[in-house]
This record gives sequence, structure tokens and C-alpha cells, in this order.
Amino acid sequence: MSALIETEKLTRVLPETVPVTLVKDITLAINEREFVAVTGPSGSGKSSLLYLLGLLDRPTAGTLTIGGRDAEPMNERERARTRLSMLGFVFQFHFLLPEFTARENVEIPMRKLGRLARPQMRERAGELLSSLGLGEHLDKRPDQLSGGQRQRVAVARSLANDPPLILADEPTGSLDSKSSEQVFAILENLVRERGKTVVAVTHDLDMAARMDRRIHIVDGKID
Amino acid sequence: MPLIFDIALTHIAGRGRQTLVAVIGVAVGVGFSIAMAALMQGGQDDFVRQLVDTMPHVDITDEQRTARRQPAEDAFATVAISGLRPRDDRRGIINPTAATSWLESWIPGRFAASLKTQGVIRFSSREVGAAIIGIEPEREPGVSPIVGNFVEGSFSALAAGGNNVLIGDTMASRLGAGFGDTITAVSAEGLTRNFKIAGLFHTGTTARDEGEAYVLLKNAQILSARPNAINEIRIKLDDPDRAPAVARRAEAELGYKAVAWQEANESILEALVVRNVIMYTVVGAIMLVAGFGIYNIISTITHEKARDIAIMKSLGFPESDMRRLFLLEGVAIGAAGSVLGGLLGVSMTYAQSLVRFEIAATGQEMTRLPIAWSLMHYVIASAFALGSAAVAGYLPARRAARLNPVEIIRGAS
Repeated sequence: MSALIETEKLTRVLPETVPVTLVKDITLAINEREFVAVTGPSGSGKSSLLYLLGLLDRPTAGTLTIGGRDAEPMNERERARTRLSMLGFVFQFHFLLPEFTARENVEIPMRKLGRLARPQMRERAGELLSSLGLGEHLDKRPDQLSGGQRQRVAVARSLANDPPLILADEPTGSLDSKSSEQVFAILENLVRERGKTVVAVTHDLDMAARMDRRIHIVDGKID
Repeated sequence: MPLIFDIALTHIAGRGRQTLVAVIGVAVGVGFSIAMAALMQGGQDDFVRQLVDTMPHVDITDEQRTARRQPAEDAFATVAISGLRPRDDRRGIINPTAATSWLESWIPGRFAASLKTQGVIRFSSREVGAAIIGIEPEREPGVSPIVGNFVEGSFSALAAGGNNVLIGDTMASRLGAGFGDTITAVSAEGLTRNFKIAGLFHTGTTARDEGEAYVLLKNAQILSARPNAINEIRIKLDDPDRAPAVARRAEAELGYKAVAWQEANESILEALVVRNVIMYTVVGAIMLVAGFGIYNIISTITHEKARDIAIMKSLGFPESDMRRLFLLEGVAIGAAGSVLGGLLGVSMTYAQSLVRFEIAATGQEMTRLPIAWSLMHYVIASAFALGSAAVAGYLPARRAARLNPVEIIRGAS
């Protein structure tokens, strides 16, 4: 099994008057088809690590290799392109674009990538949403959906360009237990059935225990 | 970039009320600048037009710029001659036929020769001092503003010949004379002649309405005992701006003082320059205020969309897309506002043009607000609005696009 994403002494320091170390010397490798939990107390740097893995943030030191490619020399455009094709994000809050319907939200990454023709994009968005149980809500806007439904739209959007890696930041953090369970089952299904790699930050230890691997972060370091 | 275009349109359409406020904000700015510019420019144009219309563009009189050399000065090589009795020259423009036919050959416009003499108009024991102006009725309409301003009678009565006179209505009321009455004109030479009032004019210029009496050139020449003499040639040009050049040429050739309207009204034109500065300052200030309003509204919208910028960046949109998106939104709002503002400007300008004033104390004179309809006002105001809208969309979007999406995502949770 090859490593999908690898880090070597990854460090991120906020350049404030008193420098704040978010993440320190993280060395890890995440393989394909892995379901990884990142846990730790709040403020430990687990979300910061996720943003570094997702190329949303740049490390101050250390290296990051994604899909066999070193992320360090990439410029802003290339990083954006990599996010678009290789990564899917699910945040604690759904972060859908409020003016667009569920289907349009899922279509937007596809349209940016431009690999499919418009009718196929539409079809694929419909399929993705239907497979997550949202077949009846395709044309609703986010404010017409419940929290759990929105989060499932966000999952569908993260899958839009069929990326190998899904990064989830507290995906169930703002949901009730029933919706949490539903979203967790979907993420698990992505790994088991669709062959994705999912890295999820969570503070729910029960949930973490049900994943393949657990990376525990304390004070920015792997514990 | 049709996707970015789509997103921009959806953003704009998705928030109808906010978009409407922004568009109206832009429109009000554009509309008011247009209306103000139309009013200010109109006022100035009207002023200049009145100035240009009421007076000849070039006025050639029988005066000379410098005192005439006396023959004695040529005869004796002295420094100064005291007690010299100056030679009495024939007054008037010498050889008027040659002068007028020369002018006829090249002047781009119309001209009329006249003889102006000072005299007194007398009627039923009342007397009013007047400039008695002898004119050629066939040429005068081309240069004189009085032709269209008759209260009673008409200018053509003069052309019919005979001893007719046209006087201003104010002079008539001072004399107590009316249309059809016969007045007596007394010239400075002491000659007397009776004229029948064949027309009363009202130009609005008091000096004219009170102090001018128009008769046939021939009658004026008889009254002042100067057969065939003229002492003034008034020229109206097709293009008033060419007056100084025409005046220079006429003066060089004829030797008489030729005054262009610009020279005659130098102090007024200087005042207009000052007025222009004030006008552009006021219109510029309105535009600046409008520009800030536009900037404020659009940058607020862009700031509110910081979260969307973070989302789209996390999805894999590069910064350049985000800048383009909000630039597009700013320009779209600016464009919609400019169109609406143009309509607002048209209607406000039209509304202004309907405002009427009563100016003269007598209540006869009605004036409308002078309005200038100029496409330039619309182009400049729209360009300014579009420019500030583009800047207002671009600058905050550039900052937001540079911002690390993590900070926005963190801030939201």
C-alpha cells in the first residue's frame, strides 16, 4: 500500500509578537483506503494539522508530499488545482454557498475542474446527492435543509471531483446524535465501499475508536 | 470564465434587497451628478448665449485705438506742441461702401452698418435722451436681437419706409406715448424730425428698452446732417469663437477699432472661469461623495462574502478567480446603477427644465431653469460610478482572497 499523503517534521508557527506554535514536528504517513481519526483536546492543533494536510495553510518548516508530489514548491494556483482534484473538505459547519441549491453546490467544484460536460455534471451531482439520501432535496437551498442534510450535501460536494482524500473537520460536531451517526456511516462507507481515504478530526472518542487508526495530538505534537 | 460569471450573477440575484440598495445607491449618485452638471453647465451656457446673442460678435466703430496724429506733429520736428487746436476730422467710417463691400467678400457671417447719434425724443412736453440708431432694415435682422422681441407692431414696419421709429416699451411709457403716436426726435446738431411709433420692443435689457430708438439709416443721416455716413458696423459670425480673429483682421485693414465680444466682456468671461472652477468642484465633490457611497456599499457586500471566499478557496478556486468574481459583481452593480442613474438623471434634468420663475417685477418675464443636455455628463458620471464600483469590488476582494481561508473558517466556528 502506497502512502497517499506523507509529512516529515511538519511545523506551523503563527508569526505573532509571541510566536504561537500550532503544529510541531509531525511526521506521519496516511495510506490509501484508510479511515483515520485525529483526536486531541481543544486547541491542541488537530484542526491546524488538517488544514496543512489540505494545502489550505503552508507549513513554516517540514515537508508534505501529496500523491507523491512535494507540496513545498507549488504556487498558489497549483495548490488550488490540487485541492480541486485530489481533496474534498467537510467542515464542522456545512459551508455551503447559501445562494445555490444543493445540486448547484455539488456542481460548482466539477464546473471549476471542467472535466465533464454540463449534463453529466448535473447527472453526477444528482446521483451523489441521491446516494446520500437527498434525492428529494436536489433543488433546495441550504437554508431550506436541516443541519444533517446540509452536512450530507457538504459530503456530496467533497466527492464531486472524485478525489482520493476526504478531510473532515469535526464533521459531526454541530449535529445531534442521530444525524451524527448518519454522517459517520456515510464517511465509513466512503472508505469501505468507494475506496476513499478519510481523515476526520473529532473530539468524540467513541467515534474515533470505530475508525482504523487514531492520531492523538497534544500541544501540536503526536502523542 | 462562465462559471465565475454564473456565481457572480447568482450572488447578485440571490440577495435582492441588498443588491437593490446598492444599485439605488449608485443610481442616486450618478443621477444627482448628472442633474447637477446639467444645471451648472446649462446656467453657464445660457449666460454666455445671452451675452453673445444680445451683442454683436464684432463691433467696428469709427473710433481709433490711439489718438490721431495731428498734421502739425508731422510738419514740425518738436517734442511737444502746446495749445494745438486739433483738426476737425469728418466723423464716421470713411468710405463706408468700400468697407462694407470688403467685409462682404470674406466675413463668415452677417453684418449691418448703422449710424448711431445721440439725441432727444420728445412727446407731449416730456423728453428722454436716446441713442438714435439708423439702420438698414434688410440687413439689421441678421445682427440685432430686437427683431424678435416686439410687444406691439413689428420690425418690418421700418422696412416699409417713411418716417417710422421703433422704440423700447420702457421709453414709451416714460414718454407717455403709445403705439401709433408721433414723437419728435431732436439731434445733437439741433435738427428736428417727427416720427411715428411703428413698433414697441422689449428686450429685457433696460438700457436698450429705455434708451434706443431705431429709424431708417437715411433718416438718421438726415437728422444728424451727415449724408451717407455710418459710424458702426456690427458683425454676427456663424461661429462666435472666431470673433477675435475677425476683429483683428478688420481692424488691421480698416484702421478702425474692432472689438470682439470676448474683449468687450473680458471681466465677465474672467468671472466665468472662476464659476467654471466652482462648477467642476461641486460636480466633482458630488461624484466623490457618490463614489464613496458606492465603495462603501460594494465593499460591505464583499466583506460579508469573506466566508464564501474561504469556502471557494477550500474547494480549489485560486485567488485570481475570487478577485475576478468580486470585480465582476462590483462592475455589474455599477453598470446597473449607471443605467438606472442615467434614467434618474434624465428625469431629474427634465424636471428641472420644467421649473419656471417670474423674474421681472412687472411679472411679464418668465424664465425656465437653463439646462444643458450633454451626453458627456452621462458618460463621465457612468464611468466614474463604474470605476468606483470596480475598485470597491476589487480592493476588498483582493484582501479577502489573500487571507488564509483557515482564519475565516476558524472565525466562523
